[in-house]
Formats: sequence, C-alpha cells, structure tokens
Amino acid sequence: MLAIFLGGLLIYCSFEFPLWGDPHAPASTHVSPYYIENTLKDTSVPNIVTAVLADYRGYDTLFETVVIFTAGIACIFLLRTYKTVEPDIRLYRHIPTGITLRIEKGGKFPEGSRHFERLDTAWVPYDLIVKTTCRLVIPFIQIFALYVIAHGHYSPGGGFQGGVIMGASLVLFAIAFNLRSAIRRMGERLIMLLAALGVCIYAGIGTLCMLLDKNYLDYSAFANILAFDPASARSHGILMVEIGVGIVVMAVMVILYYVLASAGKHDEGL
Amino acid sequence: MSWQIELIILAIVIICGVSALSVKDLLSAAILFGAYSFMMCLLWAIMGAVDVAFTEASVGAGVSTVLFVAAVYQTSRRTKD
Repeated sequence: MLAIFLGGLLIYCSFEFPLWGDPHAPASTHVSPYYIENTLKDTSVPNIVTAVLADYRGYDTLFETVVIFTAGIACIFLLRTYKTVEPDIRLYRHIPTGITLRIEKGGKFPEGSRHFERLDTAWVPYDLIVKTTCRLVIPFIQIFALYVIAHGHYSPGGGFQGGVIMGASLVLFAIAFNLRSAIRRMGERLIMLLAALGVCIYAGIGTLCMLLDKNYLDYSAFANILAFDPASARSHGILMVEIGVGIVVMAVMVILYYVLASAGKHDEGL
Repeated sequence: MSWQIELIILAIVIICGVSALSVKDLLSAAILFGAYSFMMCLLWAIMGAVDVAFTEASVGAGVSTVLFVAAVYQTSRRTKD
C-alpha cells in the first residue's frame, strides 16, 4: 500500500520534468552549449562524453575509480578466508593415459609432477572444445579491449568499458580452464598491485599537473614538457588517465570473480 | 526510430524486471537480470546515449551476470520466500 502510494507520488512528480530533448530545459541551457561548442577547440577530442568524463569532470571520475578500488578491497575483507582447509578428496588426471585418479585424505598427492594435472571435483570430463575455443577467442577480446580504451576519444568507449572487457576475458579464461590455473598466471597479489597502480596513475597525473604549475588534473600542463599545443596535451592527458582507469577496473573485476567463485578460498570454483 | 520498437523493448524491460523479482530459481533470476540489462542497453542506444549503452552492455549484461552466477553457484538455487 505504502509502495503504491510512494510510486504514485514519484510518477506524479515526474510529470513536472522537462520534456525529453527540450531545448529550454535547465540542463541544456547552461553548461551543455559550452561543452558542445568548445570541446573540440579545448581538448581536440571529438567524443564530447569522453572529454567531459575525464577532463572537465576529472575529479568525479577520479573518485569513481577510488570507489571501484575500495569495492574490490571491501570484497576481499568480507569474503576472503586464509585458513586453508584441506579437501577430503582430490582428483588428478594422468595426462599421457587420461586416467583420472581419486586420492582420498591421507594419500600422497602428486603435486608438482608434470604428468598429472589437478581437476575440480565438480567437473571431471574433458572439455577440449571449450578450452580450444577460448584459447582462440581470448586474444581477440583483449585486443578489442585495448582498442576500446585507446579509441575512446573518437568512438564510444573509454577506460571503464575497456577495463571491463579486459577483465571479462580473464574471467572467461578462469571459467574455461579452472580457477587454479588462472590464479597461477595472475595471482591475487599481482592483481591488487595493479589496482593500486591504476589509482596511482590517475592521482599521479593530477599531481604531475600541479608540479608543472597548473591546477590538479589540468592536463594542459603537459604542453610545457611534451612540446604540444595545450589542446592535444589535454587529449594525451585524457588517454593516460583512461589507461589508469582501465587497469583498476580490470583488476577489480577479476578479483571479484576470484573471491565470489571460490567463496574466498581461491582453491576450486566455477 | 519508430515508436513501436521502443514500446516493445520497454515492455520487455518491465516484464524482465518483474519476473526477475518474482521467480523462485536464483539462477534464472540472474539470467533474467542479464536480459533486463541488455534491453536497457538497447533503450539507451535508441535514446542516443551510446556511451552509457556500451557501459550497460559490458558491465550489466556481461560481468555482473557472471558474478551473479558465481554467487548462486556457492548457495542453493531455490529461494525459500
């Protein structure tokens, strides 16, 4: 009853909004014309959304990046368990013959042997097609992610989307193979270092602008050291910032998947 | 863009949202939520917000569905309520 009343109230209030695309709406009378007229002149970036996101509203994006980083850390604090409980049963496959061995508690595990690979207890059969397809597809996904990050000036995209696609390719690897081989290639420590590095890139570029006698995150400061005109210096500053954002988002997506899929144990998972 | 397509997509968005809330199976709720995100992405694209549509497609329909499925995998699939 209360929900219907509140919903009705919200719908009633929404009739007072300006119409969609109304040229006299408050949002499109003050700042929007400035951005539309001056973005290309100020920053030489054709995609106005990217320019507003990373240049005019740089503080906003900086703290969005910090929020994502904090979310990754919070998930680790909440879910990660460091007490290693030895599983009762482990499954190993003898690679030359394809025989699956089931070793119960107390047995000797062939850990470190080249002829055995450990299997998840939930998934025993061969999955040659899935593994081969993912091995073929993942490089193209990662190239596309890098393209989205680097081409965000000219087309839709940017650090957030490219970072998510990059993280999705690593998650796809962890799904197609198993969680242990993904963690072996890209461990927790490396991922969190990357996330911190991304935030440091963003904040460090802001600080570098301050050291070059401009305001925080005013990328036209790079015109002094890189011999560009201020507009293309801002364009390059946006690119560097987007790379930082992309690294943070990729690292946090991967660590969220690791922690969620294994319930914090980083042992077996989806 | 003709208004019929927008109306159909908006209807699918509402149907997906309501059924993701009311369905008992958590895995199908996750998949329905992914479908909801994808239809929202189409709506953003129709309204001209291509950057937002791209974000919605990659984050909402892509990664968050995977995270939901990973979380459902650790619990039971059926809800009690």
